[in-house]
Amino acid sequence: MTAIYKRELRAGFTGMANYVFIAFLLVFAGLYTMLYNLNGGYPNFEYVLQSMSIIFLIAIPILTMRAIAEERRQHTDQLLYSLPIGMTRVVLGKYLAILTVVAVPCLIMAVYPLLLSAFGTVTFATAYGALIGFFLLSAALSAIGLLVSAMTENQAVAAGLCFVVMMLLYFMNDLSSFVADTALASLAALMIAVLIVAGLVKLFTKNTAAAVLVAVAGCGALIVGWIFASDSYAGLFDRVMSSLSVFERFYTFIDGVFDLTAVLYFLSVIGVSLFLTVQTMEKRRWS
Amino acid sequence: MIEIDHLTKCYGPHTAVRDLTLQVEPGRIYGLLGPNGAGKSTTMNIMTGCLAATSGTVRIDGHDIFEEPAQAKALIGYLPELPPLYPEMTPAEYLDFVAQAKGVQRGERVGQIEKAMRTTRIDTVANRLIRDLSKGYRQRVGIAQALLGSPEVIILDEPTVGLDPQQIIEIRDLIRALGDSHTVILSSHILSEVRAVCDQIIIIAKGQLVASDTPENLERLFAGGGTLELTVRADEQRAKKILSGVPGVGAVKVAGHKQGGLLQLELETTSAQDPSEGVFFACADARMPILGMGMHRASLEEVFIELTSTDQPGEEGMPS
Repeated sequence: MTAIYKRELRAGFTGMANYVFIAFLLVFAGLYTMLYNLNGGYPNFEYVLQSMSIIFLIAIPILTMRAIAEERRQHTDQLLYSLPIGMTRVVLGKYLAILTVVAVPCLIMAVYPLLLSAFGTVTFATAYGALIGFFLLSAALSAIGLLVSAMTENQAVAAGLCFVVMMLLYFMNDLSSFVADTALASLAALMIAVLIVAGLVKLFTKNTAAAVLVAVAGCGALIVGWIFASDSYAGLFDRVMSSLSVFERFYTFIDGVFDLTAVLYFLSVIGVSLFLTVQTMEKRRWS
Repeated sequence: MIEIDHLTKCYGPHTAVRDLTLQVEPGRIYGLLGPNGAGKSTTMNIMTGCLAATSGTVRIDGHDIFEEPAQAKALIGYLPELPPLYPEMTPAEYLDFVAQAKGVQRGERVGQIEKAMRTTRIDTVANRLIRDLSKGYRQRVGIAQALLGSPEVIILDEPTVGLDPQQIIEIRDLIRALGDSHTVILSSHILSEVRAVCDQIIIIAKGQLVASDTPENLERLFAGGGTLELTVRADEQRAKKILSGVPGVGAVKVAGHKQGGLLQLELETTSAQDPSEGVFFACADARMPILGMGMHRASLEEVFIELTSTDQPGEEGMPS
C-alpha cells in the first residue's frame, strides 16, 4: 500500500494535475477572502469556503481523472493485478495519495483565519469547523472521482464524466425543487429515481435479476408507503434529495453546526465509493 | 510446479481457452507456441491471476491462484505482452516501486534490484526516464521487474516481439540464462525462437492443447521418419522391386520421370535409422546408377502447421 501511495504521489507531482488542483483552490480561496473578508469586512471565513465549493466541479476531475484510467491506458494495471497485494490495498494507496493532495490547500487555508484575526475578531470555532467540513467534502468528492476514473480507459472521458457527476451532485438540490410539492409528484419522481438506480445496477453488474429486484423492491416500498401515509409524500422528494446531497451536507458546517451525522455521511460516501472502485477493478478480471 | 486443470475461458460466446490441462515441471524452459489468437496470452493472464477463468483451476506450487492469490502470486514474475512501465519514472525508481509493492524486505531490496539490473543489463540506463528508452531496453526493464521478489516461475508473454535481430538474440541469451535458476514459460508465435530457447514446447491452437514435448521428439514423432528422395536411371518396375526389398524402406512412390530414362522416387522410411546406405548398395548390386539422393525430414515448421491448421487436433494431450 505504501509503495502504491508513494508512487501515486510522485506521479501526481511529476505531472501538472496536482499543482493545478492546489493552485486552483488557493487562487479562489485568495480571491474570495479578499472579497468577503478584506473588502466586505465579514469576519466569517466559512463564507469563503461556501463560495469555493463550486470550484470542485472542475478541480475534482483534474485531480482524479488519471488515477486509474491512466493505469489502464498504459497497461500498467496488469502489473497491479499480478501483484501479491490485493486490489483493496491498491485502491486505498491511490486514495490516500489523493487525500494528501487535498490536504495541502486545506492546511494552507488553515492559516487564513489566523491572519484575519490580526484585523478583527474571527470566530475560530466556526471557521475551523467549516474547514474540516470542507476537507471532508473534498475527500468524499474525490472518492467519487476515483470511482469514475476506474470506470473508464481514457482520462479525458474520465474528466468529462466526473464533471457531469460533480455537476449533478452540485445542482441536485436545486433541480429537485423543480418537482412540484404535491404528494403525487413526489411519488412519481421517487419512482423514477428508483428506476434510474435499477438501471445503474443493471449497467454495472450486468445482472438483470438484481436490477429487477431493486426496481420492484424500491417501487413496492414506495407504493406501500403511499397506501398507508400518502400525506407525508408532499415535498418528500425535495427532502430526500437535500439529505442525499453531498454539498447540502457541507452547508450545515457553514451555518456553524458541526454535524456529526454529516461527518458519518461523508465517511459512508467515501467507504461506498472506494468499495465500488475495488469492485470495478475486480470485475475487469472477470470480463 | 504449475498445474493447470481443465481450464476454460469464455469471452461471451467466444471460447478463448477450452479445457486446457497442463503440468509444468520446475527448472525447465517452456515455450507456449500457437498462431495468433490461439489463447496464449489468455492462458498466461489466467496463470498469473490477472484474469479469472470461466472454469478449471490453476495451482502454483499447490496454491490456487484464486483462493490463495498472495502466496501463488509471490511465486510468479510476469511480463505481460506490453511491458507495464510508468514512462515518467526511471528504471531505478520503477524497480524500487515494484520491489516495494511485491513486499520485498527493505534490507534485500537494493541487492535484488541491483541483481535484476545486472542480469538484464540495464544498469547503464538506470537513471534515464523510461519514456526515453528504446523498445529493447523497455522490454528488459519489464523482465527485470518480473525478476524482483525472487519468484520461482517467470512468465514472459512474447518477450521478443518488436525487437531488432540483435536485441532478439540478447533477450534469448538472457532467457537461457534465467532458465538456469528459474522455471521459465514464454509464449511466441515464432517457431525458431521457441526451438532455440526452450526445453519443452507446448503447442496450442484454438484454445486447445495440441502437443507438449521436447522439440526433438516433436520433429521425430510427427515427421513420420522422413522420406528419402532418390533419382536413379532404371525402369519403374525393376526399381520398385529392388528398393522395396531394402531394410528400413516402406512404400516406394514414383514422384516423376525425367528425360534420359531418369526416375524420381520417394521412399518412406519405416525405422528411425537412415536407410541411405542400404539403398546405395542395393542399387549398386543391381547396376542402377544413383544420380541424386537426399534425406528429407519434416521440419518443426511443418509439424507446427500440420498441428495447428487441422480442425481435429492430431495428438491431443500427449504426455510430456
